[in-house]
Amino acid sequence: MAELYTEWKALMTAGGELSGWQTFFVKFYQAFIDADRWQLYLSGVGTTLMVTAMALVIGVVLGVFVALVRTAHDQQRRGRHNPVLGVLNAICKVYTTVIRGTPVMVQLLIFSFVIFVNSRNFTMVGAFGLGLNSGAYVSEIIRGGLMSVDPGQMEAGRSLGMNYFTVMRFIIIPQAIKAILPALGNEFIILLKDTSLISVIGGKELIYAAQGILSRTYEAMYPLLGAAAIYLVLVMAFTWLLGRLERRLRKSDRR
Amino acid sequence: MIDVKNLSKSFDGKPVLCGITEHIYPGEKVVIIGPSGSGKSTFLRCLNLLETPDSGEITFDGAVITDPKVKIDEVRRQMGMVFQHFNLFPNMTIRKNIMLAPVQTGLMKSDEAAENAMALLRRVNLEDKADAYPSQLSGGQKQRIAIVRALAMKPKVMLFDEPTSALDPEMVGEVLEVMKELAAEGMTMVVVTHEMGFAREVGTRVLFMGDGTIMEQNTPRELFEHPQCERLQSFLAKVL
Repeated sequence: MAELYTEWKALMTAGGELSGWQTFFVKFYQAFIDADRWQLYLSGVGTTLMVTAMALVIGVVLGVFVALVRTAHDQQRRGRHNPVLGVLNAICKVYTTVIRGTPVMVQLLIFSFVIFVNSRNFTMVGAFGLGLNSGAYVSEIIRGGLMSVDPGQMEAGRSLGMNYFTVMRFIIIPQAIKAILPALGNEFIILLKDTSLISVIGGKELIYAAQGILSRTYEAMYPLLGAAAIYLVLVMAFTWLLGRLERRLRKSDRR
Repeated sequence: MIDVKNLSKSFDGKPVLCGITEHIYPGEKVVIIGPSGSGKSTFLRCLNLLETPDSGEITFDGAVITDPKVKIDEVRRQMGMVFQHFNLFPNMTIRKNIMLAPVQTGLMKSDEAAENAMALLRRVNLEDKADAYPSQLSGGQKQRIAIVRALAMKPKVMLFDEPTSALDPEMVGEVLEVMKELAAEGMTMVVVTHEMGFAREVGTRVLFMGDGTIMEQNTPRELFEHPQCERLQSFLAKVL
């Protein structure tokens, strides 16, 4: 195969006539196999998955915190506002408004060229930026889930003399999780695709690898279609897994 | 036992309670009746501060519970509440529903709470449902569980917010039966209801509420047979 590639490639650069099939073979081989380029895609996918996982963890931690602060603030009894909670709530509100109100690309550029301008670890900066972005959306998902639980549940728990956090922990959160998990899975898939954005700040993920190969071979179609196909396969695999998880959750609901 | 002074509350500028002053004595069974929108549920929910009054003072067992410094959770432990829509916790079994509050508030150890739960379930003839989930129960069964769940905290007062209004007619009786037993044992009860028969039979005093005030009150016998104010007369003419 390698000999065939060198032979036809030489023919092609010399301007010789190649059949459609031969052109396809040369370009495909050049984009994926020559010089062990498949390894670049593979390590790109690895980085993509790692960045997704890191951003998800940051996003969920931030999201849970913001959602709990905002819910606790909104559920205070009138005339008994906790000043600390008030300040935290204001900060959280500004955070979600700013993050959701600006493009994620702009946020990444600001992170890389303004805030962490001295950092050379672009991948980590990218993961951090995506996590911070995702946190704002996750917080709204969790807040929505918490609010979807019948307010009578909180009243019943409190009327029995349990404090706010006990009721949250044993009654509200277990019920909210059923509404939260599917939406969180969706956020995970969006995040997986959004990792491609960190290539603009030099994060070495899948698209970065594809672009590197593109600039070496002057051939755009095969690396980009290849990367797209890899994203598609990843997303389909995770969608299938999430579907299974959701079905299992619904089953336990029907007892 | 519960002393209410000049209690007022409004929702979005619309007054719901207008300066209610009332006293509930130990062992009393106070039944609150009145047309919808008259503020009777809001009044009841103010008693354990599920609604925060705009002004006025509520004293329970000598403690001013409307004072912001009071530990409200400790007050609520002594006031059981039963809701119109049961509000059982759907994510846990009946046994756990009853055990959760006594264990979490430190009132009982887990095994003691479990024993107590079974005793309470036996009392309402539902011990075979201990490991069922709320969604598997009928409305009447759910409300009986909700009553014993409140009783598990060994409260001094029980508040009932239209406990039979969401039930199918044939299930009303079984819930009222439990409430009657409770009354016979001497529990102090405040009941908002549309069940005039229950008010007549169990109530020691009936309050008629309208437009956010207590318009008339008397023993059930007097109130139902000799209503004084016109509003009460027309209300009784409609519901009896």
